[in-house]
Amino acid sequence: MATDILMPALSPTMEEGKLAKWLKNEGDPVKSGDVLAEIETDKATMEVEAIDEGVLAKILVAEGTEGVKVNTPIAIITAEGEDASAASSTAPKADAPAQAAPAPDMQAEGQAKTPAPTAKTTDDAPKAPAAPATITNKAPAPVMAEFPEGTEMVTMTVREALRDAMAEEMRGDDAVFVMGEEVAEYQGAYKITQGLLQEFGARRVVDTPITEHGFAGIGVGAAFTGLRPIVEFMTFNFAMQAIDHIINSAAKTLYMSGGQLGCPIVFRGPNGAAARVGAQHSHDYSAWYSNVPGLKVIAPYTASDAKGLLKAAIRDPNPIIFLENEILYGQSFPVPKLDDFVLPIGKARVHRPGTDVTIVSFSIGMTYALKAAQALAEQGIEAEVIDLRTLRPMDTETVVESVKKTGRCVTVEEGFPQSGVGAEIVARLMVDAFDYLDAPVLRVTGKDVPMPYAANLEKLALPNVAEVIEAVKAVCYR
Amino acid sequence: MDAATEAGQTKSDLTPSDAAHAPAPNTPQFTRDEDLHAYHEMLLIRRFEEKAGQLYGMGLIGGFCHLYIGQEAVVIGMQMASVEGDQVITGYRDHGHMLACGMDPKGVMAELTGRRGGYSRGKGGSMHMFSREKQFFGGHGIVGAQVSLGTGLAFADAYKKNGQVSLTYMGDGAANQGQVYESFNMAQLWKLPVVYVIENNRYAMGTSVARASAQTDFSKRGISFGIPGEQVDGMDVRTVREAAARAIAHARSGEGPYILEMQTYRYRGHSMSDPAKYRTKDEVSKMRDEHDPIEMVRKRLIDMHGVPEAELKATDAKVRETVNDAAEFATHDPEPDPAELWTDILLESRA
Repeated sequence: MATDILMPALSPTMEEGKLAKWLKNEGDPVKSGDVLAEIETDKATMEVEAIDEGVLAKILVAEGTEGVKVNTPIAIITAEGEDASAASSTAPKADAPAQAAPAPDMQAEGQAKTPAPTAKTTDDAPKAPAAPATITNKAPAPVMAEFPEGTEMVTMTVREALRDAMAEEMRGDDAVFVMGEEVAEYQGAYKITQGLLQEFGARRVVDTPITEHGFAGIGVGAAFTGLRPIVEFMTFNFAMQAIDHIINSAAKTLYMSGGQLGCPIVFRGPNGAAARVGAQHSHDYSAWYSNVPGLKVIAPYTASDAKGLLKAAIRDPNPIIFLENEILYGQSFPVPKLDDFVLPIGKARVHRPGTDVTIVSFSIGMTYALKAAQALAEQGIEAEVIDLRTLRPMDTETVVESVKKTGRCVTVEEGFPQSGVGAEIVARLMVDAFDYLDAPVLRVTGKDVPMPYAANLEKLALPNVAEVIEAVKAVCYR
Repeated sequence: MDAATEAGQTKSDLTPSDAAHAPAPNTPQFTRDEDLHAYHEMLLIRRFEEKAGQLYGMGLIGGFCHLYIGQEAVVIGMQMASVEGDQVITGYRDHGHMLACGMDPKGVMAELTGRRGGYSRGKGGSMHMFSREKQFFGGHGIVGAQVSLGTGLAFADAYKKNGQVSLTYMGDGAANQGQVYESFNMAQLWKLPVVYVIENNRYAMGTSVARASAQTDFSKRGISFGIPGEQVDGMDVRTVREAAARAIAHARSGEGPYILEMQTYRYRGHSMSDPAKYRTKDEVSKMRDEHDPIEMVRKRLIDMHGVPEAELKATDAKVRETVNDAAEFATHDPEPDPAELWTDILLESRA
């Protein structure tokens, strides 16, 4: 029976890639394990292996083709003497990966990501930020105030912005170095440190063994002496192994030493859910770290904020938790082209001005908030969307000012509801904006369950645009 | 408790190395001046800790208070082999280390009493004191945390190529923590200049070494990483200094970490509230009578160096005066200004 070979996914978040090269020709016999083709993303190259014996009857996607969607049939293998036309190139999608997509090996698991965001987590997410224009045109006026008018803007991904921020700060200060798992020779598990080893060498780009507790402590100890470590966690889920040093050693020592011993360190890495990686790799720690005095907590959404705030974090004399998001890594945004673009920590940004309701969010939560705002505008509700950017210190003032104007507020985050960031905003509004509220503040959050693996359940566990719209309508009594 | 564990608690197991405490034929000798220095330094710790115990009993010191009495030779011997600039970091039994680093007894005692003149302005307490000036990096209350932090100090030394060495202390209890081995691995992998000093005082709180450790020879704890180690008579300041010199030279020369297991003994309980039901009074008094680190030096000063009793008495009086002054200061210094509650949480950003 003829079998379709499908474009494999290199990672849970990959959506498309380039078919770089065919290593077999039409008519070649193939057996299980033979390498048929090479595929590429911006991060990795992988080989496509045959899993059946037969003949490579037909190549459906020519080599050099870019943007081949995952699960697209790329070739047909037939049994000896069988006609290629017998192959069903419309094999049911659900079965497809099991047929042809080689399971990513252990090395590639969770690491070889494409920059494309998943579209699997929400019903209505666009397929990809393939059209950066749709994002670019949301670049709000208030951002402009943070750099001179007329500044040239370049489009770059959050990934590139983070890398540039580190590289620029490392060029300027020898005390800055980056350490973590796979940051050097592998070029970063998520390719955030790409090229840093080549530029700065192994002294300043340090691959560590898989020992989060130990290297977090080493980073903090080094910071006590005045070095400025950037400690990358492959994900913040793994920082649980190291949280004692983050909280007890990094956050508290300045106070416990009566101001003698500062700890200028940045802990950074992806936080929260990626796609289909299960409960232990999907936790959102925003609320946890934002609970701790002695830390500053940053969770940017745009590439511009990622760059300006990471540069500020590296220069800051305090321990910083810099929460990134894997799905945002590949998204593109306009970033000001400046020699030294640094943003203030602790300032929220009105991302979209509006008059009827205030939506407060941060990090990937902003994607739900902005899409909801757009949909609501079509229904005559103008939402003001505030990107907190920094969770600690929290810029309550910007939120309160907005709520004084709109009288209504909805918070959006992927984290759990209890004691979450939204809960904090609600509490602050009770105190600072009670008399201005026309409706109770509502929260849209991740569901109060460990993150499930199944695609449908995961989608249910995360917030979605419809929930944001519903909450906004509720507070607007519409 | 099963029989095997019970068997592990026999007296002989609890005093594994009496041999080490007997003066070995090749015991290194101190000059008169070195012995006088060691005597003064150790006596200062002893008297300071006795006073701290007293103030605790009077309710002037709160919370936890872990005394170093009995272990003085370890930190003094180590300091005699280190040079200015070398960093020191330890766990919660830290008063002795601070005094050995040259920190002001007044500032240490005032921190114990929670006063504004304390090293941390009264905000750290017994377990959390630091001195950048004296290269003392704490004072850490989480058992084992200082080992990774101390390895980080050594990482910084290697990064800066400053020739300094990190002296990272831990107890026999901390030596069982996982991060210790993560740190050992990286320290040897990167050849960091760190000396790990395991102060084996035989009890982690009330749990004897034999009841907590599968490998009770702590000098072997680095074997799988290729880190050299040795057991040292930690009651004799001379053997401590000699081993320390060897270990520090190894670390400073770029050879990587070194482990010293200091076989020592704490006379007092784990903390002030320790009933000490886990050991006999005889065991304690035997150590005091036969292996007291200070008494051994005192005897040597008189018998070998011919120092007149009167001179030692003068030293005793001077130390007592220092300690009394510290206690006086620490009990009369005002408490921190209430405004201090809100300071030192974050540093001002320069950007």
